[in-house]
Amino acid sequence: MAKILIANRLSDGLVVFYAADGSWVESITDGQLSYDDATADHLLAAGLADERDNQIIDPCLIEVTENDGKLIPVDLREVIRAHGPTIAVDRTI
Amino acid sequence: MYRYDEFDQTLINERAIQFRRQIARRLAGDIDEDQFKPLRLMNGLYLQLHAYMLRINVPYGCLSANQLRRLAHIARRYDKGFGHFTTRQNIQFNWISLTDAADIMVELAEVQMNTIQSSGNCVRNITADHYAGRARDEIEDPRVWCELLRQYSVLHPEFSYLPRKFKLALTGSPHDRAAVAVHDIGLRLHHDIRGRPGFEVIVGGGQGRTPVIGNTIRQWIEPRHVISYVEAILRIYNLYGRRDNIFKARIKILVNAIGADKFRKLVDTEWEQIRDTDLQVSTAEFERINAHFLPPDYENLTDQDDELATIRTQEPAFDAWMCSNVAGHKVPGYAIVNISLKAPGRIPGDISANKMEHVAELADQFSFGELRVNHRQNLTFVDVRQVDLHCLWKQLVALELATANIGLASDIITCPGLDYCSLANARSIPIAQDLGLHFTNSGKLQQVGNLTINISGCVNACGHHHVGNIGILGVNKRGKEYFQLTLGGSADEHASLGIRLGRGLPRAEVPGAIERIVDTYLATRLDSETFLSTYERIGIEPFRKAVYDPVNPSRRVA
Ligand code: HEM
Ligand code: SF4
Repeated sequence: MAKILIANRLSDGLVVFYAADGSWVESITDGQLSYDDATADHLLAAGLADERDNQIIDPCLIEVTENDGKLIPVDLREVIRAHGPTIAVDRTI
Repeated sequence: MYRYDEFDQTLINERAIQFRRQIARRLAGDIDEDQFKPLRLMNGLYLQLHAYMLRINVPYGCLSANQLRRLAHIARRYDKGFGHFTTRQNIQFNWISLTDAADIMVELAEVQMNTIQSSGNCVRNITADHYAGRARDEIEDPRVWCELLRQYSVLHPEFSYLPRKFKLALTGSPHDRAAVAVHDIGLRLHHDIRGRPGFEVIVGGGQGRTPVIGNTIRQWIEPRHVISYVEAILRIYNLYGRRDNIFKARIKILVNAIGADKFRKLVDTEWEQIRDTDLQVSTAEFERINAHFLPPDYENLTDQDDELATIRTQEPAFDAWMCSNVAGHKVPGYAIVNISLKAPGRIPGDISANKMEHVAELADQFSFGELRVNHRQNLTFVDVRQVDLHCLWKQLVALELATANIGLASDIITCPGLDYCSLANARSIPIAQDLGLHFTNSGKLQQVGNLTINISGCVNACGHHHVGNIGILGVNKRGKEYFQLTLGGSADEHASLGIRLGRGLPRAEVPGAIERIVDTYLATRLDSETFLSTYERIGIEPFRKAVYDPVNPSRRVA
């Protein structure tokens, strides 16, 4: 199954994904997918290096499924991290 | 309410400066996350699912209108425009940037608020009866003692690294609105046989994965000794509490392991050595703090029962609100008003910046510029003139803040759950929304009467599910959300822990199950029996059967 590297950015805590150009991006769609162990290992190593470099916290590989070009993590917890709370975040409440 | 003196203010100001430096060192890479995490937690800054979360203390639930305005400003400027009031009378913001955290602390310090010890293994925000100082049944106002204990425990060097977090709750009324029996220490003011006020000391209560109703280790202690007695308890806990296993580190585990009697003996021996030191609260010190809690300038008024009765017959919605949301006041002509943050379908405890500002205006206009946060995640105005009740109600209606459901089935306690919390197993908010809407639409709210439904997204029990008449606990079964129901819990002076009904249910089956439980109650209750009394009379079996072996299973689907 495809994997993607997720973390929280140190400066603002927001959820970010590792992109092919080595940057961290806020949209899961822009994250780099890995389909084999070698790429996954490479992603994780890059993430751990960036953690040591104080850019991000807790890098972790998660499994995702692709559905009509939409990336959806397998684990509900990661779905919520990637796409936000499942409840309406209503500023007028 | 209490106003900082120069010592409090200096400490809070310096803390903000110190935290700014710590953040700068972290961002510069001078310290790593392992070194920084304990520092940020000591300032209430967690890392949650979406971002940093900041927990701000509302000491024993007391908040001024100006402080609420500042919280609104923080919500708007630094977060997504709303905040979440918690069962520990605090407020949390969910999308705080590390780069803003020190600025927020400065903004808070300007209105005498802080985040110190809102996390970590130390004495947390002390909670109290939200009717403190105003309830008709109250013996004495516990807030003076809350404040003395707050000053004593903030940055106490001996108790900054306890085995685990430590929570105190106080009440001055026989009717317990502060859930004192499920705290590490619960203090209940009452009279001894000679009519002198003193504290009953309850130790080792708690929720979490091992729920325990606390043990009374002292029936009565003179209030001036309460700090030294708390210190003796903290010392014994600090010395003997387990540090090898986080799940066994709370004081309740220690008390259970050695027994309440042995624990009391250890505490008493310790206490003998310190009771007559300067931990004793002198009359002068008591008076100094008490001056902050003197009653406001009440007018000489009389109760308005007759006048209100006329309006109530004309306006049933006002009448319903008066029945559930308004409570009696010590002083004639005044009333206590609860503002529900549980409008049907809304997120329990959440409030927008706009509404915070409106509520602050109303507090200025109708309740001497002060309000309370209560542990059921609602707000309370404690000093409203009865002649103003109808006018206040109309303004609250316009703000969608007049839901008449305090203590009723849709007044649901809910932790943030998997929508926000990194420890969660399941989502709790959507269940609360669904149940709230269901009870409101079914029109059964008033008919069902007092019923507490409490929901937690994992065993940590932040949503008090163990002490809900109906408790709902989210669990994770093979990656799916399931919910276990418990029945018979209660958090008042007859505190009890709920008993598990049976196997966990998938989310879609929860509302139907709750409906069948409530229907079973309605069909079997005698006269004006509450849910809890019926449950105690008939036991859990009829409810079990209704949920797992229903006669008419196809009733409601989510
Ligand atoms: C950042 C999110 C939160 C985290 C990480 C968290 C963590 C925890 C943990 C680990 C426990 C169990 C402690 C133990 O059993 O030793 C606990 C208990 C508790 N929490 Fe939270 N919590 C969070 C949010 C909240 C919120 C939002 C509330 C109020 C709605 C709350 C109120 C409580 C209460 C009342 C208890 C049970 C009392 C006790 O035994 O300590 N917590 N929390
Ligand atoms: S009960 Fe669990 S899910 Fe809910 S806030 Fe506490 S730790 Fe999070």
